[in-house]
Order: sequence, then structure tokens, then C-alpha cells
Amino acid sequence: MRNSIISVAAYLLLAPVIGGLLDGIDRKISARMQRRVGPPLLQPFYDVSKLLKKQVISVTNAQTFLLMSYMIFILLTGAMFFAGTDILLCMFVLSTAAMFLYFAATVTGSPYSTIGASRELIQTIAYEPAVLMSCVGFYLVDGSFEISKIASSQISSIMYLPGVFAAFVFILTIKMRKSPFDISTSHHAHQEIVKGVTSEMGARNLAIFTVTEWYENVFLMGVVGLFIVNKDPISIAVAVAVIFAVFFLEILIDNTSARMKQYEMLKLSWTITLVLAGCNIWVLMLMIK
Amino acid sequence: MFEIKRSPWVLHYDGSSCNGCDIEVLACLTPVYDAERFGIVNTGDPMQADILLITGGINSQNAPVVKQLYDQMPRPKVVCAIGVCACTGGIFKDCYNILGGADTVIPVDIYVPGCAARPQAIIDGIVKAVDLFEKRLEKHKEWVRIHGEVHDDPVDENEVREVGTEETKTTTKTETAKTEKAKSETKPKSNKKGKKSRRKK
Repeated sequence: MRNSIISVAAYLLLAPVIGGLLDGIDRKISARMQRRVGPPLLQPFYDVSKLLKKQVISVTNAQTFLLMSYMIFILLTGAMFFAGTDILLCMFVLSTAAMFLYFAATVTGSPYSTIGASRELIQTIAYEPAVLMSCVGFYLVDGSFEISKIASSQISSIMYLPGVFAAFVFILTIKMRKSPFDISTSHHAHQEIVKGVTSEMGARNLAIFTVTEWYENVFLMGVVGLFIVNKDPISIAVAVAVIFAVFFLEILIDNTSARMKQYEMLKLSWTITLVLAGCNIWVLMLMIK
Repeated sequence: MFEIKRSPWVLHYDGSSCNGCDIEVLACLTPVYDAERFGIVNTGDPMQADILLITGGINSQNAPVVKQLYDQMPRPKVVCAIGVCACTGGIFKDCYNILGGADTVIPVDIYVPGCAARPQAIIDGIVKAVDLFEKRLEKHKEWVRIHGEVHDDPVDENEVREVGTEETKTTTKTETAKTEKAKSETKPKSNKKGKKSRRKK
């Protein structure tokens, strides 16, 4: 009990720091991949602190409320995850958070924002099956949805779930809105729908969105780590190494691919989920029989 | 350490430019010049932008667009006219549809001359704009103190007009800048009565 309180507190306090640093590393590595010097490592923090100092222009007051709800639900997801509770419940709360983002974007009535929001929904549909497959996979391997039990299993879950892990890493690109799946919003300029979901978010609202994204990324990296962690403490170090490797892979994919059409993304992600995660789980069920 | 000048996000708008200056503006963001090392991001969204870069002259069709973009930008904000067309109207000045430089519709702070303006000059202009951006924060804080946080009215032009101040003197070389200075001297610097009657939220 005490451990879980400490880890929740650590998540709530440290996640924005780690998330911001990951974002900074992302931008720096991206710049180096393009043979540029790139912004300083702490650039994301400078950006957020500037956004908080700027004049607040909100199209509707409801947007701030909905964005705050989005943030709270993401915080709840992460807190539940690091408290070691039910992983299925975590993922459902995560979907609820995504809904609030959808509403925060559509409530403005801006066409760019609304198109971005509908694309965000398509992205949710694209990644949701793989997320649920991961939960089912964890249950089959460890006999429980409890994260604390999954994390203290005899053997790392990835040994039984390589296909599910690959599918999860694939949908991570969609979830993190990185190229080729930066469809609902883009971290780079010059998209045909301006900034998509974040088009009507300026100043403080964009800061809320950015910080929430950091929390979300740390949570997602936590799920990646959950595939590796077992009762052996050394596995935590391995998990951190795997997380960095996965993160680097995401940056590499981001920098080497052009954006896809939304329905192609849907087809591709469902195919990969079905083939990799589906077959993995099917084989696992045969083995258990 | 967390000064706002470390994170200037630019919005680039092409008025009726020949596209020469636009290519140079985008060249600033390429690996050769890498403006991102100053934290400069090309946002493409006025609500997230701090510095407005305008290339090309203003014509009767894009005048309301430029005004709209300027009004949508939250304070503090800085406007940078890139290239001689955006400064004065340039070679297109006498065309029937051209109203003149960017300062015919919005207050311009930094003028970057050139046809086309070179990336070095543009980056220099942006760096000057960034200093001005930092200075404007104080003004904005004072403004927030008077009017409160949330504000959705379009911004009164006279209130933010600072053409001919110390910062711009160093960068303005064009004729228009001089006329702007003369204009701003004749105008009252701030209309405090108007400020008080504005809607608060």
C-alpha cells in the first residue's frame, strides 16, 4: 500500500519532468538526424512556461473545462497504472480521456479543429484493438489484470507476448501522433488542417495539452516497461533500456516516413494488430489448453 | 532562465509576394540556417504564434486577412515585415490593387529590407523581434492587471502601436518607417478611457 502511494506521488510529480525531457531529447535527436544543431534540451519547458505567460484567448470557456477534464483523466490513468491496479480499467479511463480531447476540439466549432477531432477518433479506433489485445495477453500470461501481479510475475510477459508487444509498439506511433500517423495534429508546421485538434488552443490551453501529452507519454512508456518487468529487480533496468530503444525507434520512424491517409492507417493498424497480436494470443490459448 | 524570448514561435503569412522572400523565410528553418536552435518554431497557427512574419505587399483582398491574423495572436506579439514589398510595397507599389506595405493594416515593429531578404537578414530581424517580444511581456502583465485574464475582444491598434520606439529605430531603414514614426508621434500614445470601458471577464 505504501509503495503504491509513493509510486503514484512519484508519477504525478516526476512525469512532467521526464515527459518534457523525453520531448526535448526527441527534438534534439530529430535535429541531429536532419544534420541540424537543434533546440536546447530544455526547450519544451521554455515553450510551456512561455505559453503560460501569454494572453489567454479562449474561443469558448467550455474548452478549458474539457481540456482540464482530459488532463485529469490522463492523470487518473497514470496514477492507477503506477498504483498497480487493474490494467483494463486504466485503458478504459484512457479512452474516456481521449473522448474529452475530442469534445475540447469540436466545441470550438472551427472547421480545422473539428476535422482534426474526427481524425482523432479514427486514430482512437485504429489503436484501441491493440490496446485491448495487450490487456487480454497480460491476463492469459499472468492470470490477472492486476498490474502489481503482472509486474511481479516469474518470467517477463514479453516472452509469451512478442507479437502483442510488436503490435503495441506499432500503435504507439499512432498514440503519440508521430509521423506517419500525425493525422489529427502535427508537431510540425504546414499541415493541410493547420494544427488539427490543437488549432484553437492557444497560450494556457496549449500548455495544458502539452503537459497532458507528457503525462500520457510517460504512462505509455510505463506500459512498454510492463512487458519487460518481472519479479527480478534487474528487469527494471532492462525495462528502462527497452523503453529508450522503443522511444528511439519512434523518433526514427517519425523522421523517415511521410504521412499516411487516415483510412490506410486504420487498415494497416488493424491488419498488424490482427496478424501479430491476434496470432500471438491464439497460439497462447492453444498452449494453455 | 525561463524567459519567453527562448521560445519565439513564428507565423508566416505570404501577402502578395513573388514567393522569393517566402523561400528565404523557409530557408531559415532548413538545416543550413537552423532557426530552431533559437527555439523558433514555424507554427502556422495564429493562436499559438508570437511573431508574425509578413512577406509581400498588402492588396485589397488580403488586408482583412492580415488584420484577422494579427487580432487572433495572443499578446505579447511582434510583427516583422520581411522584404521590401512588405516594408513599402516595393516594386508593386504603384499597382492598382496594392495598398502598400504591411504597416498599412497592422503595426509593424521590425522591417527587414531586401529583394529577396537574405536568410541572415531574416534571422537577424527575428532575433531583434525576440528582444522586443521579451520587453512586451512587462506591458502585457500590466495590461492583465488592469483588464483581467480572459479577453476575447479584438485588440485596439493604438494600444499596441510602438512604431518609432528605441528598438525599432535601430532596425528601420526604409522610408515607410520614417513616415510611421511621424504618424505615431501625432497619435496619442494610449487611450486610457477606452481601456477602462472595455468588457471584463
